[in-house]
Amino acid sequence: MIHWMLLVWRTVRVGFKSLWLHRLRSLLTALGIIFGVCSVIAMLAVGEGASFEAQEQIRQLGSNNIIIRSVKPSEEQKVNVQRSFVSDYGLTYLDLARLRDTIPGITVYAPARIIRERVFNATQSLEAEIMGVVPWYTEIRNLRVMTGRFFTSIETKQEQNVCVLNRVLARALFPLSSPLGQLVRVGGDYYRVIGIADSESGGKRLNLAGGNSGSAAGQMYIPLTTAKDRFGEILIRRSSGSFQAEKVQLHEITIHVDDQSRVEAVARIAGGVLERNRKKRDFEIIVPLELLRQAERTKQIFNTVLGAIAAISLLVGGIGIMNIMLASVTERTREIGIRRALGARRRDIVLQFLVETVILSGTGGIIGVCLGVLIPQLITYFSGMMTIVTVWGPLIAFTISGLIGVVFGLYPALRAAYMDPVEALRHE
Amino acid sequence: MSQGVPIVLLEGVIKRYRMGTVTVDALRGIDLAIYPGEYVAIMGPSGCGKSTLLNLLGCLDRPTEGRYLLGGLDVSKLDDDALSEIRGTRLGFIFQAYNLIQQLDVLENIELPLYYQLHPRPDGRQRALELAERVGLRNRLHHKPMELSGGQQQRVGIARALVNDPLVLLADEPTGNLDSRAGAEILELFDELHKNGKTIIMVTHDPEVGRRAERLVRLKDGLIEEDRRNRPRPEETGS
Repeated sequence: MIHWMLLVWRTVRVGFKSLWLHRLRSLLTALGIIFGVCSVIAMLAVGEGASFEAQEQIRQLGSNNIIIRSVKPSEEQKVNVQRSFVSDYGLTYLDLARLRDTIPGITVYAPARIIRERVFNATQSLEAEIMGVVPWYTEIRNLRVMTGRFFTSIETKQEQNVCVLNRVLARALFPLSSPLGQLVRVGGDYYRVIGIADSESGGKRLNLAGGNSGSAAGQMYIPLTTAKDRFGEILIRRSSGSFQAEKVQLHEITIHVDDQSRVEAVARIAGGVLERNRKKRDFEIIVPLELLRQAERTKQIFNTVLGAIAAISLLVGGIGIMNIMLASVTERTREIGIRRALGARRRDIVLQFLVETVILSGTGGIIGVCLGVLIPQLITYFSGMMTIVTVWGPLIAFTISGLIGVVFGLYPALRAAYMDPVEALRHE
Repeated sequence: MSQGVPIVLLEGVIKRYRMGTVTVDALRGIDLAIYPGEYVAIMGPSGCGKSTLLNLLGCLDRPTEGRYLLGGLDVSKLDDDALSEIRGTRLGFIFQAYNLIQQLDVLENIELPLYYQLHPRPDGRQRALELAERVGLRNRLHHKPMELSGGQQQRVGIARALVNDPLVLLADEPTGNLDSRAGAEILELFDELHKNGKTIIMVTHDPEVGRRAERLVRLKDGLIEEDRRNRPRPEETGS
């Protein structure tokens, strides 16, 4: 056993020496594996990061939640022959009551109104989504209040003019000072800022959920009752000459289902309940759980495709190694003959050449792993894209590179071992 | 002539090569017995079968017909692994082109046959150092072959051939690539080894070299044409 280990150790040393003799060639050969391994890890890291981001956004919506949104029906324009300026659609308080009363197992629901308005602080302003929500909105939607607090049910009851700004809006309106306790203006009303919340990753999330995306990620939360009172039910929007009016009671209802396994069923029932009471479909149902599953499926496909590409690049690297090793075997025919004459058995020769390929691919693998861990950091640094290097990426990539060394080294090694020693010695 | 057991015994050895459709008999029936301590030169014109004979003696090849006993062991039917082991433990090769391994230094080249032994001797390194000393390369241990002169390289080759303490030393034109001075030094080394009781079989073209040997075997067309003694064997003279 000890002898055997000694033999391997010597073979490894000789292998390094032989490779060192042709430094440039060895480096170029290993380069194939280096890039292969590096690209596997980097690709997996980018994929992992992207899917993590997507999943995080979905998770923020709450995997136990069902979100129902008001959607302006597209066919309304045609149906409405009398040119009414006010389009009346969307979820109502009645819908909310119906949902609550028909479906068992829903504990919390969070109705919300979403109004797009410009928010002012002195001269600073930003168009933002003003969200009229219930006090427990934070819990349901995993919204984190970073400083200050969210409003209470008493403030809701009293229809107070209090608001919580998200980070984007707070920074835009109060670039230099703390907004807490300050007043912001929307239309003719002033609201006192009582807290700052983490961003709900607005635009991206809404895009992902297929809803109405807003370019401004600014969000301002006020009590639902206050929103109802200050803005009324008819929203007038002016834009370049024309103006539109919409009558929407609720823009969004979030249903929290106690049991995650029932989420999809409840979503169907909720859809049925709402459907029954209206002529046209003016709502959409978003099930984050479903989106999460979809995202996972997407990730799988993504990983498969990336894996295939990376596997091909590793394969090419392996073929490069085999090519060089075959050349090396031919070039060192004499050496093989000498070693055979001095008592090397076939398996000693196989071992020698195999060790050299494994050193090549293994060293390439190690360098590739280092680069593969480094490059995602650079990607994150320069493009801001999120990347995650898991333990598995480098591990799998390195193992494969080692295996490639064995697989592609075997044929040249066998060819070396099965040379006729007499012929090999005569070789010039 | 009949003292002791022959260390090398060839009986009716025939080696036949197939070259396409023609078969060529390189050796056509060789009977040869070499006794311990003999210094034998094998000579003959090109194509007479010298190299084939040396390859057979060196267990690099197997006879087509006939028997080859090396140290009492019939090696003519052994498989590749067994032959490798015999080469590594019982034989020492010295080549015309030295055949050192370029990426290894002097000491490592000398030790090389020991790498492949199944039961390595514990004093391998020590022995390699002693042999380096004996061939006068003690101060060149970590030089690469490229950095040595031809004569020095051949001395490394001789040390390497001796490291496993072989039954027989097989030398293939050991002075063929050397100038006359370096060649003479190498031949002196052979004489010394012979004096110390080593069995040496040497293939050569050079009649001068052949005369130094104790026994001369002349081959022609795959047969032994002449087998004569230049000097009586030391054992026979009783010295």
